[in-house]
Amino acid sequence: MKNKIGIYICQCGSNISDYVDVEKVRDEVATMDGVALARTTMFACSDSAQNEIIEDIRNEHLDAIVVASCSPKLHLFTFRNVAIRGGLNPYNYVQVNIREQDSWAHSDNPAEATIKAVKLVKAGIERVKYSKALVPIDIPATNRVLVIGAGVAGMRAAIDLSSMGTKVYLIEREHFVGGRTSQWSRLFTSNETGEEVVYRLYNQVEKDPNITLYTGTELVSMKGTVGNFVATITITPRYISPGCNIDEDAELEKRLQKAIDACPVEIPDPFNFNIATQKALYRNFHSEFPVCPAIDMKSCTRCGECKKYLEYVDLDQQEETLDLHIGAIITATGFDTYEPEPSLYGYQTLDNVITLPQFKRLIELNEEKLTFHNRHIRNIAYIYCVGSRQTEGENKYCSRYCCTSAIHAAIHAKSKYEGINNYHFNRGIRTYGKQETLYSEALENGDVFLQFDEDHPPTVDLKSGKTSVTVRDILTSDHEITALVDLVVLVTAMVPRAHNQVAGILKIPVGRDHFFNEIHPKLKPVETVIDGIFICGACQAPHNITESTKSALSAASKANAMLREEKIKLEPTIAKISAELCTWCNACSEICPFDAITKKQFNGKDIARVDESICKGCGMCLPVCDQNAIELIGYTDTEIESMIDQLAV
Amino acid sequence: MTVDNHANILVFSTEKISDPAIDLAGLLKKHYPASVVTISLPCSSAVKPRWILRAFDKGFNGVFIAADGTDCPYSNECSENTSAIVNKAQEMMKDKGLDPARLKMAAICSVCAEAFVKHMLAFVKSLSEEQEN
Repeated sequence: MKNKIGIYICQCGSNISDYVDVEKVRDEVATMDGVALARTTMFACSDSAQNEIIEDIRNEHLDAIVVASCSPKLHLFTFRNVAIRGGLNPYNYVQVNIREQDSWAHSDNPAEATIKAVKLVKAGIERVKYSKALVPIDIPATNRVLVIGAGVAGMRAAIDLSSMGTKVYLIEREHFVGGRTSQWSRLFTSNETGEEVVYRLYNQVEKDPNITLYTGTELVSMKGTVGNFVATITITPRYISPGCNIDEDAELEKRLQKAIDACPVEIPDPFNFNIATQKALYRNFHSEFPVCPAIDMKSCTRCGECKKYLEYVDLDQQEETLDLHIGAIITATGFDTYEPEPSLYGYQTLDNVITLPQFKRLIELNEEKLTFHNRHIRNIAYIYCVGSRQTEGENKYCSRYCCTSAIHAAIHAKSKYEGINNYHFNRGIRTYGKQETLYSEALENGDVFLQFDEDHPPTVDLKSGKTSVTVRDILTSDHEITALVDLVVLVTAMVPRAHNQVAGILKIPVGRDHFFNEIHPKLKPVETVIDGIFICGACQAPHNITESTKSALSAASKANAMLREEKIKLEPTIAKISAELCTWCNACSEICPFDAITKKQFNGKDIARVDESICKGCGMCLPVCDQNAIELIGYTDTEIESMIDQLAV
Repeated sequence: MTVDNHANILVFSTEKISDPAIDLAGLLKKHYPASVVTISLPCSSAVKPRWILRAFDKGFNGVFIAADGTDCPYSNECSENTSAIVNKAQEMMKDKGLDPARLKMAAICSVCAEAFVKHMLAFVKSLSEEQEN
């Protein structure tokens, strides 16, 4: 037990001392058993105060310290480093929160705030008394990262990792890179096309010796722990032999087109969100990357017609399986687009109701004149918040990108085709930041914005061959306004990937919105609770391309920082089994979400064993043990119960 | 009871989810009685029933588990696991003649500052009234 404890009560300028009588707190705790000294300090986190603590540790031979200041989320590691610099073990330090959870929360009652501060500090002293000198777990690490998803976020992360000296395996489920960005044309704010952005990134990836790209590839299993994962991937063949580089051979491209034309299979084209069809031998656009076609073997009949024109067709190629040894994983698996319920706003019951992604592809597929189902389109209604901000339904979140994307598409349509009129049926436009300029541009273009609330959505009707959209417009005092339109565009949300097996394999927690969950949106925005697994881009939440890129850079930096020294330190907060008390009832093993607990033999009986490299220190195993045979380091019964005793006084 | 005659409540919060919400309540100067004190754990499914019983033995009027709920970074079964702990602890409370209503649990997400304060005000009020009766 520690018996030379130093106590530091921070005034935080006046953030604490305006409401908490810090001198009184100091005097109350100074006489506790084991306390060697107690001081108040203006700013505990300042350099001078840190140095004073270090001097105290050395001069007074302190064996533990307690700093009562702000939330540990801000300065836990600051003061752990102070402890280290003074020669103490960092785990013989406890931080007590008397700012956020005391002085600020009870600024209405300083007397009570002071009483609470005394209790909190005393509890911290009790805790540190029983603290053990712990050593972070050092493990060797492989400075290689698996990036899952070769969209914009994944490619950006891979390039950045490589530039910092980390080798990258970049895998992409599709046979072509670029993800959703390759499906979009002109982008805001640069006016580049999605194809151009993808090309630029792909060019860097292709030339980078540190990056190995596998297309048509999926993660099928993963084992190991941070620093030393083994990821198993399967590579689906393209069924096209190497060397079929269309980009450099016009004659070859002609033969490819003949081969595609000869294919008897015609299936809905997912690249165009099913408003067009594709053949089993396909490429999504003229110069897709890699510039080599692929065959969808799920649809191919193996008739061999294509091979008559394209000698590179090789229907005998086999699936491959590889094990990749990596230290960390970045998931950049992107998003799906919301699929509305049939009949919602006439979707799938009227032939001129489509989703926003379909509309964007429609603009790409129509050059001179905008037509759909042989109908010339002039008047377009956009109905917003389809699949987002739902009061009844799964998607209660705002999908964030869709207001901007719809207005951007409307501006694009108006500038590309003559005679376009846009009617925006919205629930309040959220074109945040620079994107507000698009809203202004749309207004200047004469686009009409009509606003409805969640209880009074617009109605879409077909009468005498005319499609009409009617709404009670909030902006004109609930006047009922009807627009006759040629096309209705449902502005659909981003939703999590429907069939994302990565989540199951990596056990990444998902949030209420079913997107991957970071530890904290501000303090740890790309980290997951699984050490060594990072998330970025729209697999995490609705992101636009800029936001995806930024989070990709952040994830790359975090992964590189973790691995670059080729060894990593883990928190020693893990479960410990009492071999004497354990009777192996299996309850701990069953509840452990990480399969960290197994059975082992000890002195002729079965007991539980915790794999320290897998245990995440969640503590879920503690309460299910009827024998009380499990304790969590740093949260032992002695520590918690001594804190309870002090807090109850 | 404190000098202001408020019921004492021990809150088990979680380091990654509900504790940030309690911090946020302070940051936003949303007030609740100072008789509410917190012990932070990695996960709400790690609360041992014996700790809850210990709190009542030592004089706390109520115990509140500020649960991770569906935001738990460790498991999507956290809500069920924490509920099971509450049920088990309430059975133990009954055996000791304690009113099970003195143990409450609610999911508190990392930004649920207002919800936390509302829970605390309501819980303190109900416990204080119970004490007066």
